[in-house]
Amino acid sequence: MIEFHLDAGSGVSPYLQLVRQVRQALRLGLLREGDQLPTVKDVVAKLAINPNTVLKAYRELEHDGLVAARPGVGTFVTRTLADATLAAHGPLRAQLRRWLAKARRAGLDEESIEALMTTTFRSTAAEHAAGQDHAGQDHAAQVHAAKDIA
Amino acid sequence: MTALLRARGLGKRYRRRWALSDCTLDVPAGSVVGLVGPNAAGKSTLLNLAVGTLTPTAGEIEVLGGRPGSGAAQLARVGFVAQASPVYPRLSVADHLRLGARLNPGWDDALARDRIRRLGLDANSRASALSGGQRAQLALTLGLAKRPAALVLDEPVASLDPLARRAFLQDLMEAVAEHGLSVLMSSHLISDLERTCDHLVVLIGAQVAVAGDIEHLLATHHRLSGPRRDPATLPANQHVLSASHTERQSTLLVRTEQPIHDPSWTVTPLNLEDLVLAYLSRPPAEDGSRRVLAAVR
Amino acid sequence: MTWLTWRQLRAQAVTVFGALVGLAVALAVTGPRLAHLADIAGDDFLNLAGANRADSWTYDVGCVVVLALPAVIGMFWGAPLVARELEAGTHQLVWQQSVTRTRWLATKLALTGLAAMVAAAAAGLAMTWWCGPVDQAVSATHGGAGPLSTARMTPVVFDARGVVAIGYAAFAFALGVTVGAFVRRTVPAMAVTLALFVAVQIAVPLTVRTHLVPPRRDTVTITPSSLEGFRGTGPPSGGGHIDALIVALDHPGAWLLSARTIGADGRVVTNLSSTLAVCLPPPDGRPSPERAEAYRRTCDAEIAKHGYRQRFTYEPAGHYWPLQGAETGLFLTLAAALAGLSLWRIRRLS
Repeated sequence: MIEFHLDAGSGVSPYLQLVRQVRQALRLGLLREGDQLPTVKDVVAKLAINPNTVLKAYRELEHDGLVAARPGVGTFVTRTLADATLAAHGPLRAQLRRWLAKARRAGLDEESIEALMTTTFRSTAAEHAAGQDHAGQDHAAQVHAAKDIA
Repeated sequence: MTALLRARGLGKRYRRRWALSDCTLDVPAGSVVGLVGPNAAGKSTLLNLAVGTLTPTAGEIEVLGGRPGSGAAQLARVGFVAQASPVYPRLSVADHLRLGARLNPGWDDALARDRIRRLGLDANSRASALSGGQRAQLALTLGLAKRPAALVLDEPVASLDPLARRAFLQDLMEAVAEHGLSVLMSSHLISDLERTCDHLVVLIGAQVAVAGDIEHLLATHHRLSGPRRDPATLPANQHVLSASHTERQSTLLVRTEQPIHDPSWTVTPLNLEDLVLAYLSRPPAEDGSRRVLAAVR
Repeated sequence: MTWLTWRQLRAQAVTVFGALVGLAVALAVTGPRLAHLADIAGDDFLNLAGANRADSWTYDVGCVVVLALPAVIGMFWGAPLVARELEAGTHQLVWQQSVTRTRWLATKLALTGLAAMVAAAAAGLAMTWWCGPVDQAVSATHGGAGPLSTARMTPVVFDARGVVAIGYAAFAFALGVTVGAFVRRTVPAMAVTLALFVAVQIAVPLTVRTHLVPPRRDTVTITPSSLEGFRGTGPPSGGGHIDALIVALDHPGAWLLSARTIGADGRVVTNLSSTLAVCLPPPDGRPSPERAEAYRRTCDAEIAKHGYRQRFTYEPAGHYWPLQGAETGLFLTLAAALAGLSLWRIRRLS
């Protein structure tokens, strides 16, 4: 069973932190199909947060098709993220390594590399968002969610 | 669904001073409401009016559809943990539980005993021998075991160390999750309120400065920074809460329902503490007129 | 609510009832002996009993207990009832349980008030039982010397026996609760309760008691045997003054309210000194027994000539229980009124 934690000072809204932690766990294989997520009561009793926060996070995961709620029983994982993208990770990681080496050879320091990545990433994410129809989610949430890949 | 709290023009006066005036609120049931404001702003007064310890001088208030303090049924529906968690010094912890059991038809003895055991309180020790944190936990136990539909707390964690404070909030939120308890609590610790509450009321100078759903408040308040600019030039739907300027830069805190399209601004969200502080640090209106009530849903 | 009332009263109740048990033991030990003494001593009983250290001490202590009990109850059971809750803030705890303030106070008033009345009844009736031989002796004879010979009809002694303590205790308790509800602080409430209670206890015998059961008025012929003496001031030769005639009232155990000399016309005589100049002792010091006797006879003749009579206003011994009952009823009514006031006050407290 996954254990949540909350970073109160991170500026990321609590429910998003929970969503991210579930996705991360799924990606790393810590959560598998059929596993039960902690009950709302248990999460709330540990983190001292509003139950609606947990409900909202679970609803979003359900909307993304990752979990399903069974009334009276609990919330269960229906799909993992581990397999689909892991295979692609290897080659992508190698390409990224080569690009980073190039950037360093070009004379960019660490902060300039990060700034370049962030701004390029943001502008492409904005184009990506304009293309997709994501009604109801606010802009900031998208930017944060899209940074997930890092 | 009945509202948790409904107030219309609520006011309370002591001799010549108005401790609370012209308070109009609508809070939905099932909310966890945070009440924040400077000292003597009227927080305790509002909470005491909500539980019936005080009677209004003006206006009216309804909690869960009933008049506060009006009879045993209303008293059973609404629990109260007063500031400084009063307990009977000469009575033991077990005596306090017996008090709760005898005076409350809805008393959940199993819950009370389980909590006491989990908290590690000695049932036979006198309440005067408990520390401040333990007293607060005892008072909270009495409030929870009564199984009210709503619990009102006046600065419940003010005198608690960080560990006791976290434990208190954990237990409170667990009760909210498990029993659908509505909560109305005042606190100075806005970080606590941010993680536990979904509704906020800010009282300043005996009046409501702003009130509403926290998510909505955070979505409609922004920090704008950009080149130096006169706040009066902003569009009418953007209400400036505070403005600070340097030679070349202006930073404004604004409230607006509409999105901000002006590209010269860098828009960043506020966290709840900044939002509350923005209201708290506003100077009183110069002409003495009442502040605009921002009753946001 | 019953349990809570008892739990909060427990310590105080144990103290009071413990003291009463002590008193009861002392009375139980000395009582039969006292009764036995009354049987064998006859007329001398009151003097003997007064001289006996154990008996007179038990009597004094018993009287003090019965007299003090209502005040103690008012101060320690009544005054803190509401005031301590308000002072400590515990009213915010207990008035938020599922009982209304009215039910909370009404239960406490009823149960604690009942306990107070039971305590006062026990003390008062125990003393009545113990003092039985004493009271019988007082009403049979014309009294004697010593502390035990004061008639039970007289003020203070009246309060120290019988059932009237029940009314006092209920009143003092209700007074304490009401004062506490207005003053809101325990120690000042205790002080105010004591002050008011003492003031009432002083005022009632002086003003109210005689109206509860009207006293009797007897007009008695002054005879040589009934004339016991004079009361006056100053030397007889230099403007001496007879203020009053002391005439015996043939009602043992009565509470004498006033004794006035009235003339044949039925009006109070104002110038006793001038009309009874012969009754003043002669200026040349103490006369011989024969001459004193002559003076007495002249004086008596003078009184008879004027037709002077003595008018007494008094409460006879037989009025004791009616008066006790009436006063108890009065104080219970006052207690009920105060209880109502405190219930009203508590609803308006904010």
